[in-house]
Formats: sequence, structure tokens, C-alpha cells
Amino acid sequence: MSRRYDSRTTIFSPEGRLYQVEYAMEAISNAGAAIGVLAKDGVVLAAEKRVISKLLATSKSTEKMYKIDDHVACAVAGIMADANILINTARLQAQRYTLAYQEPMPVEQLVQSLCDTKQGYTQFGGLRPFGVSFLFAGYDKKFGFQLYMSDPSGNYGGRKAGAIGANNQAAQSMLKADYKEDITREEAVNLALKVLSKTMDSTSLSAEKLELAELSLTPEGEVKYRVTTPENLNKLLVKLGITQVVVEEQ
Amino acid sequence: MECLFGIQGDKFTIIVADTSQVQSIVVQKTEEDKIMLLDSHKLLGTIGENGDRVQFSEYIQKNILLYQFRNGIPLSTAAAANFTCGELAHALRKNPYYVNMMIAGYDPEEGPSLYYLDYIATLHKVKSGALGYGAYFVLSLMDKYYSKNMSLDAALDLVDKCIAELKTRLMGAPPNFVIKIVDENGARELAWRKTVEDINGPRPTPATPIEVKSPPRHISFRSPSPSSKERKGKGRQK
Repeated sequence: MSRRYDSRTTIFSPEGRLYQVEYAMEAISNAGAAIGVLAKDGVVLAAEKRVISKLLATSKSTEKMYKIDDHVACAVAGIMADANILINTARLQAQRYTLAYQEPMPVEQLVQSLCDTKQGYTQFGGLRPFGVSFLFAGYDKKFGFQLYMSDPSGNYGGRKAGAIGANNQAAQSMLKADYKEDITREEAVNLALKVLSKTMDSTSLSAEKLELAELSLTPEGEVKYRVTTPENLNKLLVKLGITQVVVEEQ
Repeated sequence: MECLFGIQGDKFTIIVADTSQVQSIVVQKTEEDKIMLLDSHKLLGTIGENGDRVQFSEYIQKNILLYQFRNGIPLSTAAAANFTCGELAHALRKNPYYVNMMIAGYDPEEGPSLYYLDYIATLHKVKSGALGYGAYFVLSLMDKYYSKNMSLDAALDLVDKCIAELKTRLMGAPPNFVIKIVDENGARELAWRKTVEDINGPRPTPATPIEVKSPPRHISFRSPSPSSKERKGKGRQK
């Protein structure tokens, strides 16, 4: 019975479900994970990079973290081709806002405009929904640092910590157990890396398989988005005792 | 001879506008309020072509309210001024509005602010400014008497100096002025400076609705045909 409703994105099944949207979410839970943690002095994003083949030239820049505007960045889990389209519209929206009002776009508005686009594909016919979840890290004057999570249905919500992609449920329950109020950015980095190391399939973590980015304020009050370099990330992993390399050498 | 000017003082901004509606040589009205409240903490003073003035300021006001409904937070004064400037610039090469504006607002973080915006979409953040024919006299007075963070009393004193100068030196000086203020308590009317009362007085607000009476029963709207006339005639004969 339900087969008839599988192929239609815009029609409810008799049980009241939208199968294509659910399948899109399923597709995301097989993709590389990403974790976001909101700290009192910034936001931390960490993501798993899946190395599919040795022949693949790993890109110098980030693969799963994207800067949308000076004050907003996002981490992606899901189909990258779909994500690129959405990131492009998000960047466009942010610049349009700045053109109209000469000030940075409030983070929630940016997230909302993107989720409106996503929602459209679950209602208007003949198209499939975007197979992407996002974690948005942003800062605005009114509400300070913020973290948002969105899914293919167009739902979004503000979070203190969140996980998308593979093993996201396990990661979220770990975050729930270990998250503390008024966490500092440094502690947030530790938490994100710790949770990611435990939920990822691979046994040993290295900078090749990870990406880490932070959003913070400079002493001058400007928003700064910084991606941790592979060298620094490796050092950090060793320091936190996540990488086994050091142990093996001993 | 229109006149619009604004002064930013200590934790407040005031905007002053003439209230004359002039068509050719006829003064049609002397109590036209040319300063609109955009939202709880923003003022928009406008002078220029009267139709454009009303159309454009309402368009801006409604858009600013729409933003608030959609996003749950008000626009900052700077954002509202830039938005207004953008809309004016956009219209400039298509169907231009002939409107000059002073925008005043108060933001919790920024404090009071004042913006000058003319009909060719020149936007300036200013401490004091003036537009219209009155500006030729008002600007020099402001140069002389404006001081940074002046008190409300001092600012009102300056306003009165400006109005007095307009009345002595400006040909066809407007008789009445309205003064509005915006500070942390919000945007509101502060005072009027009147030398003339409209003969008709202010319009009654709200306008009383016209009472609709139901037609008397003997009048039939259905068939005003000759047959009904005949019937009436017959009735009388009886």
C-alpha cells in the first residue's frame, strides 16, 4: 500500500507520512557526521571527513565547513551536491540583506530563509527534497552566539549542542550527558572531538579524517571564523589523548 | 515654502516640520502632520510632493512593520534608514518619488540617531540637519548654536530660534510647526508652534459613520413598472 506513496514527495501516505522526506533523512544518517557545540564565548563545529579512496586528492580547504557570511558558518551532512545549491542561496540571501540594510543578517533569519527553500521541496510537486542537514554557527548583536540545526523537512531549531549525520543519536545522547552550561570554547572543542572520536567508525583519528572550525569574537568585537589547520588539529588530538599514535610509539 | 529639520541631543532626537499644505498660491491646510511614527522608536519626517510624501512614507512604515511581524525583532534605526534609502534609490530611475526626509530613532545599544535623506537618495548620518527652503536659514543657525549632547530645553530653544528666523526671513513662511521627539521612552509628539488656527478646526476623528436607514416599507424597489402605479391608483379610488 505504502509503495504508492513512496515516489511522491508531496503526498501524504495513509499513515500521514511523507516517505521521500523520511528517506532523505535516512540518506543523511549514512553520511559523515558533524557536531556543533555552543559555548559562552563562541561556537565550535567539528565534522568527519570520509576518505573514500587513497587516490582522491584531499582538498586543501575545508570539505564540510562553509563560511556563509562574515558572521555565519555551517557544517554539512548529506549529499554535497545538494548542499552546494543551498549554501549558494544562503550566501546570496546574506548579501542581499546586507545590501538592503547595510548590516549583517540576523542568524535565525538566514537559517529560516534556507529552511523555507527546503520546505518548498517537500510540498511542490515533481521534485525531491534536499538530502542535507546543516549545523549553523553564527553571531549577531541581538542574540550573541547561536547554533542551529536543520533537516530536509525544513525544520530547524536553536541548539546548545547538536549532531547530524552517521550515529547522530548516539552522539546526541553523549552530548546531552556531557554538556555543561557556561562551557568555554576550549572545553567545547574537547567535547566535540571526544564525542566525534567515540561515534566515528574508524579506530584512529587524524587530521585527515577530521575538520574543526570555531567562531569567536576578537578583542575588538569582530566576528572571527577560523578553521584549525591539520598540523594544529593533530597536535590537539594528541593532547586530548584521542589519537592512538602516541601510545603506539611508546 | 517647506521646512524640515532635526536635532540630535543628549539621549534624544527631535524632528520639526512645517504643517502647511500648499497648492499653487493657496494654503489648503495648516495642520498637516508631516512626521510619521514608523514604529515605537522611529520617526520619519517628510517634505516634498504631497502625494509622493504620503505614498512613500506609508510604504516604508508598512514594510518596517512587516519586518517586525516576520522576524519578531525591530529593525535598527540604521537598517531602517538604509532600507529607505535603498527603496528610494531603486525607484529613482524608474518612477521617482520627490520626497526629502529626516529619519530619527532610538536604539538600546546605539542610543539616539538622526539621518538625512534627500530625494536623490543621498543618505547621511548627521547630528543636525535641515531640508527644504527653510534649510537656507536653519542650517546657519544650527552651525552657530548647536552643541554636542545638548539638553532638551536647549534644543527646543534652538528650534524656537529657527522658527523665529524663518518667520522674519523666509518668504511665505509656514505659520505652524509640529515637533516630535524620540528617546528611550519611544517616539511621540512633543509640541506644536502655532500662529494660525485652521478655520474649520481639526477634523473630527474618527469620522462618524453615515447612518444607513432602511427604506420605508411602502416603497418597492422590485418593480417600478407602470403596473404598480396602476394598482396604487386603484387603491386610492376605493
